[in-house]
Amino acid sequence: MTTVEFSGLIFLSSLAAGLLGALTGLGGGVVIVPVLTLLFHVDIRYAIGASLVSVIATSSGAAAAYVREGYSNVRIGMFLEIATTLGAVLGAWLTTRVPTNAIGFIFALVLLYSALASWRKKESRTAELRPNKLAERLRLCGSFPSAEGKQPYIAQRVPTGFGLMFGAGTLSGLLGIGSGAVKVVAMDQAMGLPFKVSTTTSNFMIGVTAAASAGIYLSRGYIAPELAMPVMLGVLAGSLIGAKILVHARVNTLRLLFALVIVALGVEMLLNSIAGRL
Amino acid sequence: MRLADEKLDIAIGRTLQAGVLLAALIVLIGGVMYLLGVSGPRPDYSHFHGVPGHLRTPSGIWHGIMRGGSESVIQLGLLVLIATPVVRVILAGAGFLMERDRPYFWVSAIVLAVLCYSLWHIR
Repeated sequence: MTTVEFSGLIFLSSLAAGLLGALTGLGGGVVIVPVLTLLFHVDIRYAIGASLVSVIATSSGAAAAYVREGYSNVRIGMFLEIATTLGAVLGAWLTTRVPTNAIGFIFALVLLYSALASWRKKESRTAELRPNKLAERLRLCGSFPSAEGKQPYIAQRVPTGFGLMFGAGTLSGLLGIGSGAVKVVAMDQAMGLPFKVSTTTSNFMIGVTAAASAGIYLSRGYIAPELAMPVMLGVLAGSLIGAKILVHARVNTLRLLFALVIVALGVEMLLNSIAGRL
Repeated sequence: MRLADEKLDIAIGRTLQAGVLLAALIVLIGGVMYLLGVSGPRPDYSHFHGVPGHLRTPSGIWHGIMRGGSESVIQLGLLVLIATPVVRVILAGAGFLMERDRPYFWVSAIVLAVLCYSLWHIR
């Protein structure tokens, strides 16, 4: 395979990963890492370096669209970013010390969990409105547009959410992914925030979280420019196309099909890491 | 106040989008330079050595661009990309300051400090 063919194939795979990531809501990073390691035999450290870069591109690239919808909450996002960025620094530090097979193993588990979580029914339940002293003091509240007008909400279980966010940040730094699935669980399940608020605020936070480990990745030589180039351009283009399709089409069958693909990648990665081939 | 919030958020979102487009453009230019200049089989990434030292620091990347190195151009684009979330935190912090929301100004400052700690590695 020549370099031009190789770069072209990586670009097309990244385009598919970005598309898949947008349609399943998992993000492109979680898909491109197994593709690079399993199909193209790229060392997982180069793969997560390239993935992390694409995660920043996707998050920052979609920020304007999400804000305009009026769901994302800047205060909640910024407050929780203290936890995710600190976690990301810890994760990036761990990456330089943990053996690659262990990274692969953890990656496979997160991949399988994310695929299962994407199956979960996404219904907007009514937000919890129980008064919460800590959330009030931190102003972790807001309102979002709905058919019945502005719906107010306030965060619950703030310390639990903060702790989960630290974990999400650590996974993000360790695996070079956005770990959007964990972030959404922290906000949606633990803090009782409306689902739309959770997903859009999570997307907003992913870029900042990833930037907190990018400096460490770059200084350690994980970000290979010739590899990151087609990955970043491909995932960015794929996720933008995916976001357009999401608006126009019902994608439930597609989503199921893609979740199966992701499960297959996860199982393959699990087996490879146990066999010590990563 | 809420309206001012939204206006600020949209301005921040647009800034981020412009930053990403600029970064993608620089990466694309570097990528075209790279692909026009290479020949031979695909590079081998199966063993990790880490990229060369001059691609790991802003000054090294700058010198690489001066020598016409395509990889340095790509790396510059990636630096611009990494800067976009940092700019977002700075703009949000400035916004909180304008709204006289001191607690959240400090929250932004803490996040910025953590980001700077990470980026300090590539000095």
